[in-house]
Amino acid sequence: MGTEKTKSDLLPGTLDMLVLKILLRGHLHGYAIAQLIRQLSDDLLQVEEGSLYPALQRLELNGWIEGEWGLSANNRRARFYKLTADGRKHLAQESARYRKATAAVARIMGFA
Amino acid sequence: MLWEEMEFHIHSMTEELVAQGMPEPEARAAARRRFGNMTRTSEEARSTWIARWMSDFLQDLRHSFRGMRRDAGFTAFTVLIAGLGIGASSTVFSVVNAMLLRPLPFRDPGGLVYISNGDQYTAIQTEHYSDLRKMNRSFSDMAAWSGFYFPGDKELTGAGEPERLTSVPVTGNLFSVLGVEPAIGRSFTAEESQGKYSAPAAMLLTYGFWQRRFASDPNVVGRTLTLNNRPVTIVGVLPASFDFASIFAPGTPVDVFIPWPLKDTNKPSGNTLKVVGRLKPGATVRSAEAELTVLAQQLERQHPERNFIRPRLMPLAQRVSGRMAPALFVLACAVGAVMLIVCANLSNLQLARLSARQKEIAMRAALGAGRVRLLRQMLTESVALSCCGAVLGLVLAIVGTRELAHLHAFNLPLLQSIRIDGKALLFTLVAAVGSGVLFGVAPAWRVSTLSFSEELQDASRGSSGGRRHAWVRDGLVVSELAFACILLVGAGLLIRSFLRVLEVNPGFQPERAAALRIDPSFRISGFAQQNSFIDDVLHRARSAPGILAAGITDMLPLRDDRSWAVPAVGKVYEKGRAPEAYIRVVSDGYFAAAGIPLRQGREFTEKDRATSEKVVMVNETMARTLWPGENPIGKMIKTDGGRRVIGVVADVRHTALEAASGSEMYLPMRQTGDYAAMQLVVRTALPPDVLARELRTALRPVDPNLPVREFQSFEDLLDKAVSPRRFLVMLLTGFAAFALILASLGIYAVISFSVSQRVQEIGIRMALGASAMDLQSGIVLRTLGLAAVGLGLGMAAARALSSVAGGMLFGVTSGDPATFIAIGTLLTVVAAIAGYIPAWRASRIDPMIALRSN
Repeated sequence: MGTEKTKSDLLPGTLDMLVLKILLRGHLHGYAIAQLIRQLSDDLLQVEEGSLYPALQRLELNGWIEGEWGLSANNRRARFYKLTADGRKHLAQESARYRKATAAVARIMGFA
Repeated sequence: MLWEEMEFHIHSMTEELVAQGMPEPEARAAARRRFGNMTRTSEEARSTWIARWMSDFLQDLRHSFRGMRRDAGFTAFTVLIAGLGIGASSTVFSVVNAMLLRPLPFRDPGGLVYISNGDQYTAIQTEHYSDLRKMNRSFSDMAAWSGFYFPGDKELTGAGEPERLTSVPVTGNLFSVLGVEPAIGRSFTAEESQGKYSAPAAMLLTYGFWQRRFASDPNVVGRTLTLNNRPVTIVGVLPASFDFASIFAPGTPVDVFIPWPLKDTNKPSGNTLKVVGRLKPGATVRSAEAELTVLAQQLERQHPERNFIRPRLMPLAQRVSGRMAPALFVLACAVGAVMLIVCANLSNLQLARLSARQKEIAMRAALGAGRVRLLRQMLTESVALSCCGAVLGLVLAIVGTRELAHLHAFNLPLLQSIRIDGKALLFTLVAAVGSGVLFGVAPAWRVSTLSFSEELQDASRGSSGGRRHAWVRDGLVVSELAFACILLVGAGLLIRSFLRVLEVNPGFQPERAAALRIDPSFRISGFAQQNSFIDDVLHRARSAPGILAAGITDMLPLRDDRSWAVPAVGKVYEKGRAPEAYIRVVSDGYFAAAGIPLRQGREFTEKDRATSEKVVMVNETMARTLWPGENPIGKMIKTDGGRRVIGVVADVRHTALEAASGSEMYLPMRQTGDYAAMQLVVRTALPPDVLARELRTALRPVDPNLPVREFQSFEDLLDKAVSPRRFLVMLLTGFAAFALILASLGIYAVISFSVSQRVQEIGIRMALGASAMDLQSGIVLRTLGLAAVGLGLGMAAARALSSVAGGMLFGVTSGDPATFIAIGTLLTVVAAIAGYIPAWRASRIDPMIALRSN
């Protein structure tokens, strides 16, 4: 990798929410999730693989996502995740909470 | 799984880089670099769930132990009860394991089949055995041992103290068919197996005898010992694992094995061989039985002079311990019921403790513990408690199994092999966790449904909180009572049966009668020598001090047996249908010594000798069978060259106390040489050790080598005969008593809890003038109400179950009203007492203190 972008750490707790949000699009494997987060954030947010997989385990453990083995586009075995009903609910709560929090921060910072 | 998932990720990154134009090896390296340390990532990922589970678990465990320390009384009680329950379960499991589950200690025991003749017990004639062994195609080989060996058949003289040994004659291939290799030396050669019955050339020692007599000296092989005045060479020692006695003849230790000479015509004829076969691969018990049946019919046609032969086959394991199966099943059910009572009791205790801990739990929930988390914590607590109990239980089980394995007086197969092994440990672990979960489930469920906010607000007026869930606790007590009732009824019926068996008139008087093996160590040749020996022994024994009567027999009641066909003169029988009678060869004085009453005619006297008329005595059953409605005195039988009946004696229960005696026939010892043993039976006023000394002194002139160690009191014979039944009764009564105690504790706990919850209410009532009597009767009535429900359920279940176990009862019906009424009364009284104690305490509450409390 030639040019290193400035590293933009995610705010703590946001990775879970982002993963859940991405999974609204359907069944995705870990690599696709990482790719999508990067692309959708215009390369601003880089998901560390070292935190993505523990996060996926955590989400699955909480019953928010469900993993399933399947075949990728080029026919390799990959684990696909999908959102559960609980996950949807959790995502809604989290985004509401996050919106309130960022709005509050924005008001204080005078962004709005 | 996770690894594969991550590999996929790296692979995808590599592909992307390659697409961007990077050469593949570099792309792969770059992808790996970017991904970082896979192991660490995977560990981190995994740890998100393992770590949480572990830390939760450890936290719960720490918490449990802290709780146990704080509540030491409760903990000790729980551990004790769980320990007793688990200990009992593991012990019973070890018994079942040893007798039913563990394979017999032979090579490939599944292929071994026991072959009997007509019924389960009858043995097979040697000639038939030899022919069947040669002709059959179902077995890779057959082997046999003689069923007609008797304890103390052989007298060991020469080196060391003289001793009577029990020897079992076996075919030379028995050990190879069973798959047992001698620990030292070798098995019998073909030549040794063709010798003379009266003079075996070789012998194999059992491990126990080798240890006892030769202090495990490995150089013993090749030495020659003197057995019955003949030299016999030791050719080998059998391994410790081959415990022939405990498998095939429980209660009678075996010392040596000698060859059974297949060809010698002077060996005992008749149905003597107990046969085992090893099935060829593919053959089944059924197919082999069909084949042998066809062969047997052929043999009966070819050899009309031989005895009948009807092969009956069953797996050897079934033959060894099949008869124990129903008893063990009852035991297993009993211990299961005990375990359920234990769980109900502990569950109840936990629930009671819970109400004291409601605030703590509500606090915890308020601080963010989820319901599932609380449920888990409660279960961890109860499992931790039951595992502590299991440690105690294991100690009890180890002690218990060791005790059981050393009960030599018990006539049970494989008893000596009972021990705690890996399987039993596993069972204990499963029992511990299982019971922990079982008794923790009700409290855990209760915790997870508590309404926490209410609990926190509740200003400790505890009366309403407990009431709502009272039915769980009542239900537990009712089920405890019901199970205890089932166990008590079962134990009660078995105790009644046991007492009935003890009440059975055995036909002889066991009190103060004892037997001593006295076969002469010299060879008897001819009637003159035999009879002078008998005269001499009886004369000297009778003149010894303290001896009231003395006689000789060849068969001791409840121990040895043999039977002949006995046709009466003047009657016609179908071939093979002549009545069978058990044969005993006795001298004059035997009936007086054993206490068998004469019913008709006269007894044998010293004058019934070889030269006088051949006579016989019969028992009442035989007189009825052979000459129904006629006077048997003076009648003739054809057996043994024709004999005249001179007397009738009472029936003796010779095979088992539970079984009717069947036909019995007594031959005068002075008129026959056809017996295998001489047992001097004496009736005495002396204690056993004095008796032994007196008899030794009295008989020394007759035979200085007489070993008097093996004294057998008739009461011991009786004891041994009822020992399997007593074994069952003992264990079951223990369980039932334990169940009764637990159930009464359960009632007590529930009633005192409900009283303690109502202290204020009681105080108010007393302040308003309720008498102590009113309060007490109210509480006791509630107790009796619970007891009545438990009893009703228990009695109904016990009635249904007891008819299943009807085969084990003797002299009582499975619905024996006396037992049911007695148990019902017992349980009601116990329940009333358990309820009265808290009631009495409640009535002594000082209203002022009660109202001021809280």
